Amino acid sequence: MNDYKEVKNWYLDEFKKFESTLNGESAEPIHQLRKEAISNFSELNFPNIKDEEWKYTNVSPLLKYNFKPSLVKGNITNNEVSKFLFDKLEHNLLVFVNGHFDEKVSRVKNLPKGVIAGSIAEAIKEKSQVIKEHFGKYADFKNQIFTALSTAYIKDGAFIYVPDGKIIEEAFHILFLTNSDDNKILSQPRNLFVIGKNSQVTIIEHYSSLGEDIYFTNAVTEIFADENAVVDHIKLQEESKKAFHIGRMEVDQERSSNFSSHSISFGADLSRNDFNTKFNDEGGECMLNGLFLLDGTQLFDVHTMIDHAKPHCNSHEHYKGILDDKSRGVFNGKVMVRKDAQKTNAFQENNNIILSNNALVDTKPQLEIFADDVKCSHGATIGQLDKDSMFYLKSRGIGEETARTILIHAFAIDVIKSIKVKAIKDYIEEILSKRFNN
Amino acid sequence: MLLEIRNLHANIEGKEILKGIDLKINKGEVHAIMGPNGSGKSTLAQVLAGREEYEVTRGTVIYNRKNLLELSPEDRAREGLFLAFQYPVEIPGVSNTNLLKTALNAVKKYRGEEELDAMEFLALIKKKMKLVDLDHSLISRSVNEGFSGGEKKRNEIFQMAVLEPKLSILDETDSGLDIDALKIVANGVNMLKSKDNATVVVTHYQRLLNYIIPDFVHVLYNGKIVKSGGKQLALELEEKGYDWVKTDSKELVEN
Repeated sequence: MNDYKEVKNWYLDEFKKFESTLNGESAEPIHQLRKEAISNFSELNFPNIKDEEWKYTNVSPLLKYNFKPSLVKGNITNNEVSKFLFDKLEHNLLVFVNGHFDEKVSRVKNLPKGVIAGSIAEAIKEKSQVIKEHFGKYADFKNQIFTALSTAYIKDGAFIYVPDGKIIEEAFHILFLTNSDDNKILSQPRNLFVIGKNSQVTIIEHYSSLGEDIYFTNAVTEIFADENAVVDHIKLQEESKKAFHIGRMEVDQERSSNFSSHSISFGADLSRNDFNTKFNDEGGECMLNGLFLLDGTQLFDVHTMIDHAKPHCNSHEHYKGILDDKSRGVFNGKVMVRKDAQKTNAFQENNNIILSNNALVDTKPQLEIFADDVKCSHGATIGQLDKDSMFYLKSRGIGEETARTILIHAFAIDVIKSIKVKAIKDYIEEILSKRFNN
Repeated sequence: MLLEIRNLHANIEGKEILKGIDLKINKGEVHAIMGPNGSGKSTLAQVLAGREEYEVTRGTVIYNRKNLLELSPEDRAREGLFLAFQYPVEIPGVSNTNLLKTALNAVKKYRGEEELDAMEFLALIKKKMKLVDLDHSLISRSVNEGFSGGEKKRNEIFQMAVLEPKLSILDETDSGLDIDALKIVANGVNMLKSKDNATVVVTHYQRLLNYIIPDFVHVLYNGKIVKSGGKQLALELEEKGYDWVKTDSKELVEN
């Protein structure tokens, strides 16, 4: 069996080159973390379909290439950046090119006192206490090879710190652009968002590219929501249709915090997302919603885990998939209700629409309940556009294409509606109507 | 002539339902098609509207000098054919107004007419809503979602009022209606009647025909029209029941 030793050696050799660029930093604690991670990486194996967690997603296409870890930032102009912005969105803009912060094209204005938004490299350099407390604490790199790879190559990423009692009205639009230029770049943004007590923030992680070429994004995001914090998170994945995207998000929720996440995926040839949230105290609310729209040979895989470790928490999860051509979708939603987590409410649903004969979805709800006074529900559906509805619309004079668009939009609307940022909502509706209304 | 059906045969899943229908309809006329359950009434309505599940095996349908069977369902609608469904579909996530606006503008575009803007459209639907006494709150809701049986049927007639068809086929529009709703629906249909359009009322019972007076009544039995006549025929059927036609048609076959 192929254990991809050569690919592994490639990343191990590249690590040595990376280390040599870090003069002066090698004694720092961050480098100890990197070294620990690279040693884990060398011991771990790349997953294959015999691993339960990777049963439906074969990563061998990703391991065909030696991706070049990006150590320096690429060039980008304001004009190029403007194509990726949303109409009518008041926002703070953080731009990362190939995983590195580009201050020139970023715009952060009038932040309340104490709020930090920018490059994590900067925060690491300044030996921030927040980094010390939270960085690398939530995303496991002992058992997860891609997180180990990310941790070994920690260089830059987005860092947002909101101290206690601050409400940030304007969303943070974090734009991760890859400019690979056929160089098969590996971009590894490493993000940390720490939101203090009673604070409120909206964060948009937006992944896209300048060209339609082959590259690999391996993104890790850690989020800490302190007591009563309200965090609205949106991930918009619009990578090149030839790209690979591995994303991990780890969320730690403290007492009565409210975390909502919307993951919208249109891009990448292969994307795998691991979204894990943990209630560390009582009274928490968590929403994990998502929409994926696939065609061609795209594969989208989302594995979520909501850990009800404490009582009196509510979680709500709803993913919807729209699949055309030969695309494949995977939904694996795990809800863990631990023994102490009485009075838990957990709702989960996954609905999929298949538009062709060759698209395929594997959906797997996984509820593990160890408490006895809980309300949990789950459901999964896979279907086609309803023939009766289609005929009804046509019988009113509406053409085939428009009728399809209307019904697909109707299918997706409840997830779209739950997004709080109007500019993003409008953008997604526009994408849907363009895609199905030629 | 608005519609001419000749020797129409149609199958579903290999089973022949229509076994040679002949029917002529002129502008300005109201035709009632009656018949017992399973006689093929709804099939005829669905075949005319272009439902793909039915396969037409023989016969011709000329509508407004066009070969109707060659047109897609949407083009039939754009040519002015309207089917009021026996069981209107619920479509969650699609608002009634959105459906109607899209439909109306698709029809207008097809006919080379100017599309309506939002204001003109609102004015139009306000006017038409009154015809069927439809509550304003229903219009912004999802198509038929959570509507009562009567509301669904009224919504069909409301759509018909907005789209102003040349040929309306009402498939069992009276089923599930109480007498008040029946009157409202019938009144709406009567208001829309003109010398330039025609209406086909498909029904099992005579009672709707007390309110929508037909010029012609046809009895469909076993996939064929076995009897045609004036409005008196409906009353006769009510009195004698369908068994009368069944025996009659048997005799017809035997002789």
